[in-house]
Amino acid sequence: MSGFDIFFDGNNLIRLFQGLLVVVKLSVISLILGLILGVVLGILRTTSFKVIRVVLKIYLEIFRVVPLLVLLFVFYYIVPELLNSEVSNQVVSISVFILWISAEMSDLVRSGIENVPVQQIEIGKSLGFNSWQQYYYILLPQGVIPVIPGVINLVTRVIKTTSLLMMIGVTEMIRVGTQIIENYTVKVPTASLWVYGLIFFLYFALCYHLSKLAAYVERRQVNG
Amino acid sequence: MAETIMEIKQLNKYFGTKQVLAPLDLKIEKGEVVAILGPSGSGKSTLLRCLNGLETITSGELFFKGEKLPLTDKSWQKMRTKIGMVFQSYDLFPNKTVLENIMIGPIKVQKRATEEVQEQALNWLERVGLKDRAHAYPRQLSGGQKQRVAIVRSLCMNPELILFDEVTASLDPENVREVLEVILELAKTNKTLVIVTHEMAFAKQVSDRIIFMAEGKILEQGPTKAFFEQPETERAAVFLRSLDFSNL
Repeated sequence: MSGFDIFFDGNNLIRLFQGLLVVVKLSVISLILGLILGVVLGILRTTSFKVIRVVLKIYLEIFRVVPLLVLLFVFYYIVPELLNSEVSNQVVSISVFILWISAEMSDLVRSGIENVPVQQIEIGKSLGFNSWQQYYYILLPQGVIPVIPGVINLVTRVIKTTSLLMMIGVTEMIRVGTQIIENYTVKVPTASLWVYGLIFFLYFALCYHLSKLAAYVERRQVNG
Repeated sequence: MAETIMEIKQLNKYFGTKQVLAPLDLKIEKGEVVAILGPSGSGKSTLLRCLNGLETITSGELFFKGEKLPLTDKSWQKMRTKIGMVFQSYDLFPNKTVLENIMIGPIKVQKRATEEVQEQALNWLERVGLKDRAHAYPRQLSGGQKQRVAIVRSLCMNPELILFDEVTASLDPENVREVLEVILELAKTNKTLVIVTHEMAFAKQVSDRIIFMAEGKILEQGPTKAFFEQPETERAAVFLRSLDFSNL
């Protein structure tokens, strides 16, 4: 049996794609919720409430400084204890990712909003805009567009980071791959090359277009 | 007897401990065109920005049509729909077309009907010679064109008073005239305008009354003709001489 045949032995290929599906599912759910939460937190970080700003800054630093793997373990082992009930590892993954993504996104949104020229706000004020209208018509559209490349990069980082989730037992693509390799490695010495090769290709296929998109958006913004 | 649109009494303005506006009093009558002149740093723009709440005043009172303003954020927000402002920076909203830039205030803030606002906007754009640019984006316009749109944007709010803050100071010289011509046209239509400018010839032609400021104080005010022919203070005379290049 050659390495390539592993994919067609049993339902190996289907299992790998199921792993891929888990990657996509966890990424999409945590990104949708995390990015929305991040926009809200980012807006709050530009308001005049000092307490909120400080609290959110600490929140950002925690999720930026502590390695994600540590956060995953902490949540995986401690949260069920606190709640005194079982929490599935996918729920833990999504929760930790939402917190991480929202922290990173809040910083992107904050910097975008702060970089909107003050003249734009003064025009809004001189037209009688209230604070809500200033955010909705001026700060958000003008603040978020320049950070879109940064947001796309965050998306690719999230997709890649799902590979950590095998450490808390989520059957995502790499974990499936490892299981398959363990099964075949005696019979087919090149098994890991083939399986990881495919995984490499699949991750690349997921993220490459996003990278290209980010570069394209950035170029368009520079050229106006 | 003309109605007083805006009156300020004993206005003081400090930036930190530095006094930028000494106690000053000022009345602006309906239909009047007032030009505020003075050397750089004399507080002209700061005074103008105090008139629509972009700067908070340190002490003093403001009256709009005889009514004392509470000077809170909320009350300014309402007042600003009645007090238009055109800025030096000639900025428009870059992500909106000319027409959208003009119509957003009347529609979203004043809740007026789209058709009515659009008709008014196109009408004004035609009068300032920009009707064919209604659907262009700001980046496709010259500085002078943008500033003309900014004036129309302010006009379409139907303000009772419009403030012009050195509106040609950042423009390329060849774009200055087209903007000044628009303001001159407005001055003839019985609008109430307060204009901070460095263009003396323009101030002479457009205004009914001159307010001359230096070091945060109003040193003199009076009819335009008299000010240019026979300034009362030495400071104003020196200022006018320094801007007269005919004897170079």
